[in-house]
Amino acid sequence: MAKIRKDEKREMPALSTSSLPDIIFMLLFFFMAVTSMKEVTFKVSIKAPEATELQKLENKSLVRYIYVGKPTPEFQKAYGSETRIQLSDAFADVKDLENYIVSERSAMKENDQSSLTVSIKADKDTHMGIITDIKQALRRAYALKISYAAVKRTTY
Amino acid sequence: MGNKRKVSEINSSSMADISFLLLIFFLVTTSMNVSTGLSRRLPAPLQPNQKPEDIDIKKRNIFIVKVNSLNQLQVQGELMDVRKLKDKAKEFIQNEANDPNLPEKTMVNIDLLGNVEITKDHVISLQNDVDTQYQAYIEVQNELVAAYNELRNEFSMQKFGKKYDELPEREQMAIQQVYPQKISEAEPKNYGGIKNGKN
Repeated sequence: MAKIRKDEKREMPALSTSSLPDIIFMLLFFFMAVTSMKEVTFKVSIKAPEATELQKLENKSLVRYIYVGKPTPEFQKAYGSETRIQLSDAFADVKDLENYIVSERSAMKENDQSSLTVSIKADKDTHMGIITDIKQALRRAYALKISYAAVKRTTY
Repeated sequence: MGNKRKVSEINSSSMADISFLLLIFFLVTTSMNVSTGLSRRLPAPLQPNQKPEDIDIKKRNIFIVKVNSLNQLQVQGELMDVRKLKDKAKEFIQNEANDPNLPEKTMVNIDLLGNVEITKDHVISLQNDVDTQYQAYIEVQNELVAAYNELRNEFSMQKFGKKYDELPEREQMAIQQVYPQKISEAEPKNYGGIKNGKN
């Protein structure tokens, strides 16, 4: 019969923590790889419109963003409270858009150039006039793949 | 042993702390959210000497959706709530009963599917005012895309017994041919205010 001896003190071996750094490093590398730092500081405030039939923008390196909205409070003094366009880090005008797209595209790899997607991130209270101007400018720049940024609608 | 100098082991117990610190930094700065949106394709630009042509489209083939400056919706000449737009658009695209007022159907041979009657020439024309709110515009776009997606899903359930998204690419292409997305965003025009006159 096996005898269970409880009285005899067995010492628990110290848990080796030498592999802990490795585990943490693995996690670290994972997050480093998937992380994308905020690309720009927003100078315009954007509340995305809501929709249901959303598609994910697959390849981030192929996407360029156009931000449209009213300047944030700290910029309102200098730029007014009218709807403005922001390209990468600066305010821009519709007429700068074509040049921006062309230069962004020429900076891309040649076989990626045709799959450039422009994502229009506009505030939901924007008037369509400026969006139409942007669309016309994009057409002239031959950036025909666009995406209207929107978030998932939760309520009807 | 005594003569050899013993290199004392570097204490690596703080290594874990350092990497934890880095880990937490990246955890905080990471943004996993992928940007989503409604993908559309713009028409190619007009050549400088080319006039915006009025392509001759039969009246039955065109579905006109107008959004005015008060975000009201006019579909085929009548005011409509945006929630009813999807069903109306589906009815138009599909033309199940071969209604003479809805787009004409043509027999087309599509591989994988054989002969299918589709409304090949239908066009949904979306027109908006300068003062239309962006949200209203997106809602309309969304409903139109939803109409196409539902039709594609229904068709693929019926033919392949699977949802459209789950189909292999070849079958998706075939269904895309049955229900091609034809949303035309007309050349911008300036309508004044509520007056939604001639187009």
